Amino acid sequence: MDTSFPLLTSIILVPAAGALVVALLPKDQVRLVKLVGILFALATAALTIYLLIDFDKSADGFQFVSQHVWIEALGIDWHLGVDGISLFLVVLTGVLFPLAFWGGDADANHDVKAYTGWMLLLEAGVLGTFLALDLFLFFVFFEIVLVPMYFLIGGWGHGQRIYAAVKFFLFTMTGSAFMLVGLLATVFLYRNETGVLTFDVTVIATDQAIAASTTRWLFLAFAIAFAVKVPLFPLHTWLPDAHTNAPTAGSVILAGVMLKLGTYGFLRYGLYLFPDAAHWWAPLFITLGVIGIIYGAICAAMQRDLKRLVAYSSVAHLGFIVLGTFALTTESISGGVLQMVNHGVSTGALFLLVGWIYERRHTREIDQLKGLQRVAPIFAGVFTIVMLSSVGLPGLNGFVGEFLVLIGSFLTARWWVVVAATGVILAALYLLWAYQRVFHGVPDEANRHFPELRLKEGLVMVPLVALIFFLGIYPKPLLDRVEPSVNKLIAHVEAHSDYRQPRVGGEASGG
Amino acid sequence: MLFAQTSTFSGPPVDWFALTPLLILTGGALVIMLAGALMDRLLPKGAYALFTAAVAIAALVVTFVLWDKVMVDGPRQVMGDAIVLDGPGLFITVVIVASILLSALFLDDYLRREGLEGAETYALIIVSGIGGIVMAWSSDLIVLFLGLETLSLALYVLAASHLKRIQSQESGIKYFVLGGFSSAFFLYGVALEYGATGSTRLAVMANFFQTGNPASDKGLLYAGLALLLVGFGFKIAAAPFHMWTPDVYEGAPTPVTGFLASASKAAAFAALLRVVVVAFFQFRDDWRPVIYALAVISLFLGAVMAIVQTNVKRMLAYSSISHVGFILVGVEALANEPTSGQTISRLGYSSALFYLLAYAVIVLGSFGVVTLVGRTGDADHSLDDYRGLSRTRPVLAFTFTVLLLAQAGVPLTVGFVAKFNVISAAVDAKSYVIAILAMLSAVIAAFLYLRIIVSMYLSDPPEDSVLPPVRVPVSAGIGLGIALAFTVVFGFLPNVLVDFAKNAADTLTL
Repeated sequence: MDTSFPLLTSIILVPAAGALVVALLPKDQVRLVKLVGILFALATAALTIYLLIDFDKSADGFQFVSQHVWIEALGIDWHLGVDGISLFLVVLTGVLFPLAFWGGDADANHDVKAYTGWMLLLEAGVLGTFLALDLFLFFVFFEIVLVPMYFLIGGWGHGQRIYAAVKFFLFTMTGSAFMLVGLLATVFLYRNETGVLTFDVTVIATDQAIAASTTRWLFLAFAIAFAVKVPLFPLHTWLPDAHTNAPTAGSVILAGVMLKLGTYGFLRYGLYLFPDAAHWWAPLFITLGVIGIIYGAICAAMQRDLKRLVAYSSVAHLGFIVLGTFALTTESISGGVLQMVNHGVSTGALFLLVGWIYERRHTREIDQLKGLQRVAPIFAGVFTIVMLSSVGLPGLNGFVGEFLVLIGSFLTARWWVVVAATGVILAALYLLWAYQRVFHGVPDEANRHFPELRLKEGLVMVPLVALIFFLGIYPKPLLDRVEPSVNKLIAHVEAHSDYRQPRVGGEASGG
Repeated sequence: MLFAQTSTFSGPPVDWFALTPLLILTGGALVIMLAGALMDRLLPKGAYALFTAAVAIAALVVTFVLWDKVMVDGPRQVMGDAIVLDGPGLFITVVIVASILLSALFLDDYLRREGLEGAETYALIIVSGIGGIVMAWSSDLIVLFLGLETLSLALYVLAASHLKRIQSQESGIKYFVLGGFSSAFFLYGVALEYGATGSTRLAVMANFFQTGNPASDKGLLYAGLALLLVGFGFKIAAAPFHMWTPDVYEGAPTPVTGFLASASKAAAFAALLRVVVVAFFQFRDDWRPVIYALAVISLFLGAVMAIVQTNVKRMLAYSSISHVGFILVGVEALANEPTSGQTISRLGYSSALFYLLAYAVIVLGSFGVVTLVGRTGDADHSLDDYRGLSRTRPVLAFTFTVLLLAQAGVPLTVGFVAKFNVISAAVDAKSYVIAILAMLSAVIAAFLYLRIIVSMYLSDPPEDSVLPPVRVPVSAGIGLGIALAFTVVFGFLPNVLVDFAKNAADTLTL
């Protein structure tokens, strides 16, 4: 399906152009800069929503494909495409950025021009990563997002912002170091087998020309980069620092979208590119994912800083996605994709709320906060909804993804699921406990004048809360679009490895 | 007697057209010297820099004319096989001439600021460039040595040319003593190879290895090769022959440091490549491990030592050692082609060439910024002197950031394409371990560049700062603009440059 309008290219170029426009604006026109920034983010959001509407839900392949030669000597193309797996991540990115912009603009207290420019560049980079279908292009986007994020954390963050920014940059770059070598090895080994030098993911993935034993190493090289990004258990230590010290919008984007670069990478450049190796390594990654669920939950429960608590809860939630991805069933992977979107919505909203608490009280210490429910009932109400969605309360969005992951994974990774399910209980424990300490009780002197939710903040929350309910009650529109691609992916894995998806009752269909 | 001599000696036919880049540069250097001696007072300020830039541009133009000719007619020997006109030689010529151009732009205001205005510096830069070009073109070890000495002697003087800084004198002396030492190593290596093969001509040497039986004097051969590699190791500043680098780079006038890191390195690499590939390719299994070791040591030693410095010039000096390691990864790859026989990995060769060009421009730009921030006296090079630069000079800070990110290998800069090419070549040659090591060292080095960026953007200027504001003169501004445009444009669209390096490597004569 090819439209004359280069929609995907525009989705990447609009925010990039926005950054350029912002760079040309005068520095002292703070309001104008902010307005232009939000307008470009909104325009991008509109394009992604148009993409969602125009997306053909019956097709399982890549749509809106746009392919142009970039570096001819090396077989590198500007090659973009979207399928059911990346579609909602693109839309999520489009929707979350303007909200993060607007909701987190209190942190942009100096040098607004640079802040806005970096945000827009970040958006272009993230969208490019989700849309790229060329290994080189993917790597470029995957790596380039580090730069704006580094400056956002370092320039507008709190506390040990520079330490956090540098740690974030170096951790991710280390992962990318392995990925670049693995990526090039993939390309050259493919050339040795077929005589064609290409960086095209779809070609290399379809042909599966590289020997299975070799792909296990190649997969590992990619997986290290993604494991840092997700982050998986032993490589997660950058995350609490980066999330806690980032500005609010940075945390929202980091948790909401950028962590998904890792889980999305596992699907597109793990399962799709190296199906046999992914199956072979699956036990390891399922184990790491489950360790992440439990470890993240325990760490979250121990935190005194509310933002750090939310950061660790991400480790746990992302563990579910990794579990679902490597459990390799239709339900578990679809659930994983859904969970990516859900986590983006609920954790994004949680970071916004925590950011607003910090804005009011200049502290995020749970001990310093008390009885906020009395003085700010609406704020507390919104917080409750968002928190319960993060806990995974049925009827809210968090439940659907986690539930699908668990039932899907039960078929292929039974005992891990038993352990992972306790993670759901732990999530309830740490979030409810935190809620109780912050919002219940009688407010002391410091908390007595906690301002109520402002109109602007309410307007930012409306779409997020609406999504929380909508996705929780009626996830079918999402699943309808995700599942064809997921089924195709699993068929691809089955065709190229000895894995066979267990069938239950002859028909496997979620929703 | 006299008559007999003239009748038996017939000089080689000289292809004057092939020598035009050298002739233009030589003529330019002479004119500058003459003008400096005769009418120094009469010339408007900036005349020397402008003239040097014009000479460089003229040389660049004829180099491209020659390039077109070589691309059509193929490479050829000129001056009786003493020099060869081929793709890699002309490619390095472009690097060197571009370095002269950018150095002249940065020197202009610098010399006036430091009270060193005069013709000599420009003439010496050009002469040293001529030496570098001769090195890159030579197909005979003696000619190579001539080029090496022309390059080096001019650089010794340039390093010591800041009369008011004691460090500059120290730098010059240190460079001279150690450089003389390494030249001796090199020359002794040439002598031993002559003993082993009976020739100093690279093609004849290679032929001797193929047809003759070198087994009888392999000891001589290996000893000579080892000495040659030591000499080259010193010139390219590969660890463990790097000891002079930080001191010389720190002490030399900053624009000269940029020239040292770009043109001098490119010339030495061009010569190294030619010698090991043309003469000693037969023995690649013997020298490849040496290159491997030099590469790994340079990569990590350069990156780690750079981090612990507090002087930006020393940081960049150590990081240049790390970059040498990257280029050596490409050299290692070119000898590591898994297929047997005399096929070299053209990808490895072209990746090394590409890296040299990209790094030359990036590092010249970087030292250009350092020149400006050094302020009058060329002494403010501590990391603290960069604090808050983004407030006082946002465009300069941004330019430096882009150049540093390019050095770190961040995508959409030409530095990334350079690293990408080198790693491609290594992976293509199945040298996976060195590829991963190189990338990991790049992460360590990234920390260094981030330290400078943090200082510029994320730290406040010191309260008690008495430093005068940084001035950005027009000539240096143009130089930085060129470096920035090059870094970004070829980062986005590297097609032209990739093909340029590829075509150069394809015309290499074995």
